[in-house]
Amino acid sequence: MNRDDFRAGLRGGFPIMLAASPFGALFGALAVDNGFTIADAVFMSATVYAGASQMVGIELFGNNVQPWLVVLSVFAVNFRHVLYSASIAKYISHFSFGQKLLAFFLLVDPQYAETEQRGERGLPVTFAWYLGFGLVIYVPWIINTLVGAIFGQLIGDPKSIGLDVLLPIYFLGLVLGFRKRDRFLPVVATSAVASIAAMHFVGSPWHVSIGALAGILLAAVLPPEHRLQQGSTTVEKEA
Amino acid sequence: MDAQHLNLIYLIVAAALATFATRFGGYVLITQLKRIPPRLEAALNAVPAAVLTTLVAPAFVYGGFDVAVSMLVAFAIGMRFSTLRMLVVGWVAVMVIRHVIL
Repeated sequence: MNRDDFRAGLRGGFPIMLAASPFGALFGALAVDNGFTIADAVFMSATVYAGASQMVGIELFGNNVQPWLVVLSVFAVNFRHVLYSASIAKYISHFSFGQKLLAFFLLVDPQYAETEQRGERGLPVTFAWYLGFGLVIYVPWIINTLVGAIFGQLIGDPKSIGLDVLLPIYFLGLVLGFRKRDRFLPVVATSAVASIAAMHFVGSPWHVSIGALAGILLAAVLPPEHRLQQGSTTVEKEA
Repeated sequence: MDAQHLNLIYLIVAAALATFATRFGGYVLITQLKRIPPRLEAALNAVPAAVLTTLVAPAFVYGGFDVAVSMLVAFAIGMRFSTLRMLVVGWVAVMVIRHVIL
């Protein structure tokens, strides 16, 4: 393995790691607040390793949503990764099978964006570079989760220090991150109305699946705004 | 470890497998399929915003006055700035409402 490539990867991933750190800590604190132990929170960060969906997972778990629906929601929020792995397939075809497995495990939004850019510019995407970039984000993500979870355990009433508003605001930020996408407004408006109505008439947790389904069906039925160009898969902001 | 906690461990493992499936799935898909049908692509494209909206809208409507106001403030910030700033400003807003105004 090439040490220079590995170091270049470490350097490239470093600013991303700094930007993601508060979110790792936030996840740890909110996970404990939603009934996780410190070990559970760390275990989730180490195995799922997808910030937004981890937040969704703890939010639904804290609201006693059925497990299959929690897993389905995590799957849905991470669905964009299907596009990522399809898109970078051509740049990592020289990886061995084991290297590919590890590469896909580490495929978070910035990892995708950097790999895509590197490949497009004709720079070699070596496994050493990919691993360096991935590990400098992955390892601190776990450590920050631990720190946040320990802090979360020290807090008595999360509401008195305003922790309870952070998840809805975080999710709002993620929704806004998608606002350049096709059919954003009709999809969001439909899912909003449907989930509010479902919360009132059916009750939690069904508002998640009913609201999401309404927006997704609308997107499938509406005529397309414009043809998507190949390779136009965009990266949304995510922790 | 009691049964309920064991269920949480299973849940996390299932979530990890589901996430890995999305990260590996596209690679499998691209080597099998040549093109994704446009309506399916449109539907898939809408999935994350649709799911996340269902976690935002009911919290805004049923979460109480303090939560709704801080979400509005955060929304205004989010149109221009990063998610991190939304969190900081939204948090300050809810603390002011709870501890200073109310």
